Amino acid sequence: MSLASEGTDFHRPLAAGGLAEPSLATVGDYIALMKPRVMSLVVFTALVGLAVAPGSLHPITAFTALLCIAVGAGAAGALNMWYDADVDAAMTRTSRRPVPMGRVRPGEALAFGLTLAGFAVATLGLLVNWPAAALLAFTIFFYIVIYTVWLKRSTPQNIVIGGAAGAFPPMIGWAAVTGSLSFEPILLFLIIFFWTPPHFWALALYRADDYARAGIPMLPVVSGDSSTRRQILLYTIVLVPLGIAPWLIGYTGALYGVTAGVAGAIMLGLGWQVFRERPPAERASRNLFAFSILYLFLLFAVLLAERGWGGLIVRLTS
Amino acid sequence: MGRADRPFDIVSIGALMSDQRDDDGIVLTEAQKRARRSRSIAIALALAALVILFYVMTLVKGPGVLIRPI
Repeated sequence: MSLASEGTDFHRPLAAGGLAEPSLATVGDYIALMKPRVMSLVVFTALVGLAVAPGSLHPITAFTALLCIAVGAGAAGALNMWYDADVDAAMTRTSRRPVPMGRVRPGEALAFGLTLAGFAVATLGLLVNWPAAALLAFTIFFYIVIYTVWLKRSTPQNIVIGGAAGAFPPMIGWAAVTGSLSFEPILLFLIIFFWTPPHFWALALYRADDYARAGIPMLPVVSGDSSTRRQILLYTIVLVPLGIAPWLIGYTGALYGVTAGVAGAIMLGLGWQVFRERPPAERASRNLFAFSILYLFLLFAVLLAERGWGGLIVRLTS
Repeated sequence: MGRADRPFDIVSIGALMSDQRDDDGIVLTEAQKRARRSRSIAIALALAALVILFYVMTLVKGPGVLIRPI
């Protein structure tokens, strides 16, 4: 149950006559509700899934698919901000979001998120295909119900399992083209899935106080610093071979293999530094967090260049 | 006719739909009016984009969209 319903009041004050004060929310506040930075990563990974998939898709249909995936991600972001308003208010990083700032009421964020989710799923189903729409609906459900409502406040494994929600977009992109799934999109899913824990736990290491204050049982808060550093290294050791796997199975060319190998070696090196580092030092954690973003971007960008770009150009011109 | 028998109170609805209420109601400030106007324009643009998207996608799909099992 959200703490928001247990005393923390994010509603605007009542105006004369007992009616809620009219909203001052701007279009920018509603865009902020959609977490545009997260949305851009979702769109990028979905684009890669869409571009590397076999088969053809009209460019306008491809655009529609990406638009629906983007809006679906935005819906998930809005619903997350609705439920997590109390947590967001308690954390420095998120305290200036529209709901804890009182610019958007929780009910408005909920209505906005549900409306966007409904439109995104229905439009993807009607204009592209229903398997992709079903995956998008499941992703939104997973992010909100499984991660936000259930796992986030109840287990230190929250971002491990919840990370699946962020790993689905390439599969949705693939399904938008093929109407089905196969081994390749599942491999892309696994790369993001195993990338998520080192990425978020590196952040949590130097934001542990923030998470503790908000009552979120992140691994550093519950299991301590040393355990988190060991888990980061273990997940990085699993992640690096997975990152190279597309080249190992012959799905990509040498450029991808070299990129995944070099970037993976840097990830391992940074993971080792995090493992060796002791608080209050946090430089290695910050370095790993920053590089992990570049790592995922590099892998998918090279995959797009090698496998997808040619196919995408053919689709755009056919 | 009693109040309970009138599902729609035209006077109340009219008052709610206007910017000003004549009793202790709300009077929008200029900032609130600007914010509401920008939200209204954004909703209108989004709906127009949705209509255009469905229209263009219907053209992309071609006559095939009409061939469906009943």
